[in-house]
Amino acid sequence: MSAPEDINVRQKPAVAATGGGRSTILATKQLTKNFGGLTAVDSVDFSVAEGEIRCLIGPNGAGKSTLLELITGQLDPSEGNIYFDGEDLTGLDTHKRIDTGISVKFQSPHVYENLTVEENLRVPLQRTDRDVERVLAETLDRIALTEKAETGASELSHGEKQRLEIGMAVTLEPKLMLLDEPVAGMSVDETDDVADLIRSLHDDGMTFVVVEHDMEFVRRISEQVTVLNQGEIFRQGSIEEVEADEDVRRIYLGENA
Amino acid sequence: MSDRLDSGSGSLLGRLRDRLEGPNTIGGSTVFWVGFAVAVAALIAYPQTTDPYTVIQSSRYFALAFLALSLCFIWGYAGVLSFGQVAFFGVAAYAFGVIGINISSATGVVVATVGAVVAGTLAAALLGYFMFYGGVRDTYVTIMTLVVALVLNTFMAQTAGSEWAIGTAQLGGFNGMTNIPSLTLGLGETGLVLEGTLFYYALLFTLLATYLGLRVLLNSSFGMTMVAVREDEARTATFGYNVPFVKLVVFTIGGALAAVGGVFYASWGNYIDPSVFGIAFAALPVVWVSVGGRESLLGAIGATLAIERMRTGLSSGIGPVGSEWALVIVGGLLLGVILYLPAGVVPTLEDLADELRTRRTERSQSTTTTEESPE
Repeated sequence: MSAPEDINVRQKPAVAATGGGRSTILATKQLTKNFGGLTAVDSVDFSVAEGEIRCLIGPNGAGKSTLLELITGQLDPSEGNIYFDGEDLTGLDTHKRIDTGISVKFQSPHVYENLTVEENLRVPLQRTDRDVERVLAETLDRIALTEKAETGASELSHGEKQRLEIGMAVTLEPKLMLLDEPVAGMSVDETDDVADLIRSLHDDGMTFVVVEHDMEFVRRISEQVTVLNQGEIFRQGSIEEVEADEDVRRIYLGENA
Repeated sequence: MSDRLDSGSGSLLGRLRDRLEGPNTIGGSTVFWVGFAVAVAALIAYPQTTDPYTVIQSSRYFALAFLALSLCFIWGYAGVLSFGQVAFFGVAAYAFGVIGINISSATGVVVATVGAVVAGTLAAALLGYFMFYGGVRDTYVTIMTLVVALVLNTFMAQTAGSEWAIGTAQLGGFNGMTNIPSLTLGLGETGLVLEGTLFYYALLFTLLATYLGLRVLLNSSFGMTMVAVREDEARTATFGYNVPFVKLVVFTIGGALAAVGGVFYASWGNYIDPSVFGIAFAALPVVWVSVGGRESLLGAIGATLAIERMRTGLSSGIGPVGSEWALVIVGGLLLGVILYLPAGVVPTLEDLADELRTRRTERSQSTTTTEESPE
């Protein structure tokens, strides 16, 4: 269980915030990404402690997905650095960053549609030195797709695809998991399944950064929330503090109302 | 797979089949392997049943089948559509000629064979490196590979004249390079020259071994990686795969396969000319593989043999107009396949067989249930 972090609600954290005696696993320093004239991510100092589930919220275009893509190396930053587990990842190719212990699930489902569920899981799994058959069975069980192991991924429901994708990322045993809108477009039951899955992985010691709009879902999995707005960290703190903040309601919740 | 001869992974046959079979290759039933054995036996018996000229013609189809396998491998399984596999085929053919003519002995031909395959492979590795590490993707790969072939075509066509010679080998320009030695086994001055029926068997067995080897490779974890890259490059990178490197390896293997075909082709006719780099020849592998089925090695080989047999038949049957008509038919075939059988002939047959099998099991299941229901 993550203890409340000593992050100042009203200020951007200048240095890597560490809370509950845990060390920082991920930190960005003055991270900036310009797309032509648009600054999608603006001098962001974002840090996550080991074992935390951190949710990233903010209105559309706030820079949440861009921030994840900068962390995984899908995009190169215009300025600034990314540190993970004591290593400077800036400028590394995506595949090398994955090898340091980061896994990611992007916003739109990206399963291999023409492969079966089992084959989908084999693709990441065969790179590891884990016992493939054992982990395969465990993962199928964990994402509740054992019955559909031989099914083509294109025949899965939206929720099943999302679970499969999380399962694929999990087989790599990452230290940090980045999830971009893991429950978007899901039914209530499906959302519950994903929340349970995240909690159980968290109990095993996995750190999460989750981009999500569904505040109910955020409340279920996380205590600490970072609000991004116009590429900057707008607020950071416990979910209660952030939800009570009038400025946050104005820029974020107000827009959805 | 209920109809497996031997599923015990302990036995040699079982282990061999585990290696050869998998989701990435078509054909894994006992029926398939029996049919395969019959087809191979027929090809082995073929030279005894026909005239030497037809045997020699058939060897040419085998040489071209390597080119088809090369494209099938990189396009069907890694999604890299090269329109210029003939470039590596041609580079190897010319390299074989140059080395073979300069060292005129059995050793020379062996050196030429190895050297030519290395040359074709290196050419593919070099082009692949610049393309994949330079971020060239999709249709741009197709265009760039075609351009490389066409540039070689233009270059080689202007190498007429005695100044265009490497040692004693005249490049020959538009008229091509002649006096290329035949494939020879052995060391020293003389060796076993593979001609006629012997050449046919040498190619048949190399083709067979290559086919089975590629099946093992495609059903290995590397084959799975290739398919993952084909399906979704960005996603595959986020599982820690070095996608440009995977594509480079695949493209280099493809180049090696094309190069082997090129060596066989040059030694088959003892001749090579710049038309191997031309657009008409460059388009043929794409037609063979599209018709046979991108995701089927066997389809690629079968389509090559059938289409090339048809082309030869037409040109020798109705004279010079025949080859013109053959091109029209080949083009029509391509259009027809793209419209009606987008996956190609062999994968479509496989789907049909699958459907029949499922229907049969369903029927047998429904009969069992009706039999059981009164009880």
